[in-house]
Amino acid sequence: MKKFLDGPVDELTESITETIAGDAFTFAEYDESAGEKVAWTDYSYWGSTFRMFFKNKMAVALLLLLAAILLFTFIQPHLPGQRPATLINNDPNTGLQLMNIPPNDEFLFGTNSIGQDLWSMVWSGTRTSLLIGLAVACSEIVIGITMGVLWGYVRQLDHLLTTIYNIADNIPQTIMLILISYILRPSMSTIILAMCLTSWLKMARFIRNQIVIIRDRDYNLASRCLGTPTWRIILKNLLPYLVSVMMLRIATTIPEAIGNEVFLTYIGLGLPVAIPSLGNLINSGRGLLMYESLRYQLIFPAVVLSVVTVSFYIIGNAFADAADPKNHV
Amino acid sequence: MLKYIAKRLVQSVLTLFIIITIIFCLLRLMPEEGYLGAGYDKMSEVQKESILTEMGLRDPVPVQLMKFYRGLLHGDFGTSWIYRPNVAITEILADKAPISIRMGLMAMGISLVVGIPLGVLMTRFKGFIPDKLGMGFVVLVMAIPQAVYHLFIQTYLTDFFGLPMLFKEANPMSWILPTVSLSLYNTATFALWMRRYMVDELNKDYVRLARAKGVKNSVIMASHVFPNAFVPLIQTIPTLILSTAMGSIYVESLYSVPGMGGLLVDVIQRQDNAMVQALVLIYAALGIIGLLLGDLLMGLCDPRITFAEKGGAR
Repeated sequence: MKKFLDGPVDELTESITETIAGDAFTFAEYDESAGEKVAWTDYSYWGSTFRMFFKNKMAVALLLLLAAILLFTFIQPHLPGQRPATLINNDPNTGLQLMNIPPNDEFLFGTNSIGQDLWSMVWSGTRTSLLIGLAVACSEIVIGITMGVLWGYVRQLDHLLTTIYNIADNIPQTIMLILISYILRPSMSTIILAMCLTSWLKMARFIRNQIVIIRDRDYNLASRCLGTPTWRIILKNLLPYLVSVMMLRIATTIPEAIGNEVFLTYIGLGLPVAIPSLGNLINSGRGLLMYESLRYQLIFPAVVLSVVTVSFYIIGNAFADAADPKNHV
Repeated sequence: MLKYIAKRLVQSVLTLFIIITIIFCLLRLMPEEGYLGAGYDKMSEVQKESILTEMGLRDPVPVQLMKFYRGLLHGDFGTSWIYRPNVAITEILADKAPISIRMGLMAMGISLVVGIPLGVLMTRFKGFIPDKLGMGFVVLVMAIPQAVYHLFIQTYLTDFFGLPMLFKEANPMSWILPTVSLSLYNTATFALWMRRYMVDELNKDYVRLARAKGVKNSVIMASHVFPNAFVPLIQTIPTLILSTAMGSIYVESLYSVPGMGGLLVDVIQRQDNAMVQALVLIYAALGIIGLLLGDLLMGLCDPRITFAEKGGAR
């Protein structure tokens, strides 16, 4: 190419006629169907997303670990030789409670101060905490996306919703959590409700800001001019753009919800003691930290809790990175 | 600029008014036996009624609200009902606030001094060991509930460094661990966002141009990337300073710091409505002031941001 541009024209034509023999080429035939062919790439959004995600070895390992933990919390009560989590174990000979037994073959995580099996309690507590986290995350997606889309897309609602947001956001979240769980008496549904009422705000604002930015881009304008119904624009044009942002929010919501449960228990408004949860376990283990021989009662639930929350956080971040088309090759 | 601030302040007062009204009404939904304390079972109906009437709880809610607002306009937050009966709320706060504020400001100082350089360092060595270590720290602090790691820090680090377990104001050694624990979360926040904003800036065209011109990497970082990445971060700093200065319930209850971190939880549980209202007012006001200061700071640091209203956008 460079030679073609630099060299004098006469020399070039000469050299071309020299090198090309007359019978090396034939005329292409006119093929009507070839004109109908459309160029395409084999790029698929979800395909690339998952390919990027599976490149991240750490996240995949944690995902497997988390899936295993989730599965195990549900299987564990049905395994042979397991004790119910709330059962108070008595010594068969003396009838006394098996209090504060350090971890051994029979009680893998030991027993607590009234003889309950910590192994069962930890797994059943993990189940409770995961359920709370997932329920809050699901409701946050539904409420947050609905409100965010309405807020960003419907101009008449913009002013009203902005005012509501400014008010709700300035009430400290702690106060809402405490007041709601106080007024409605502690139970699983109260805790979930209290967290749902406060957590959707951030998601809604995220979605709203993004939608305001991309709502009037040319491709959406084009869709609207072509008569695409609004719901279809939202579902097909706007929301897929936001997958990575949403994943990031969800990834932080679940650890936050689990942490909030611990917080509510810490201040005495958590689940009743009859329902084992990681918050309950950590709260009752808190007082025992001073006694070195009893520390296992706090360490086991704390380690499981940390593994679960850290895994969610890392997986979510990895998935959010993978879901961002800017990172696709 | 002044017009903008005035407008924001008027809006803020309105917002505060609505927040207080909502909280006031919510508080009246609390169960009544909470006001009567431990002797609830032994009281007769007449006694209960007289106590509740004396507290003003038998008046219609709008009347109670008006009374409260009238007090507020005179600069009077009211007196505590149950927490420390008949002591002015301002007096209770004057006892507790200074220690939280001092500890909070120190913790914030640590966060700024450690967190922001950490973020810069992580960007500088993106993908290498310092970045990975920093990210590990950020993930641990962000993902593990605060209740858990504060507890472990207290138990193990006091042993390890031979520091005192409980806080005593006169003993400077006992300040170290609570302050450091308090600073952890903000340090991680600063490091994380500093890194994210800086990486975003690094990918922009003007950085590539500067590189193509042969500007030294350190100069690019110091005079182009850092200032631009710092602007969005600076917006959050006032809010974080104010909220940290209000103390942390975990740190203060673990080390028994006599601050105001656990005060709100405490008074809600004892149903000291007067205190709850006053505290909510303070927290909400601080939140709003923090946001306003953040916006103003951002405007000061970034000449592209103006507060004049632009017409016709959208």
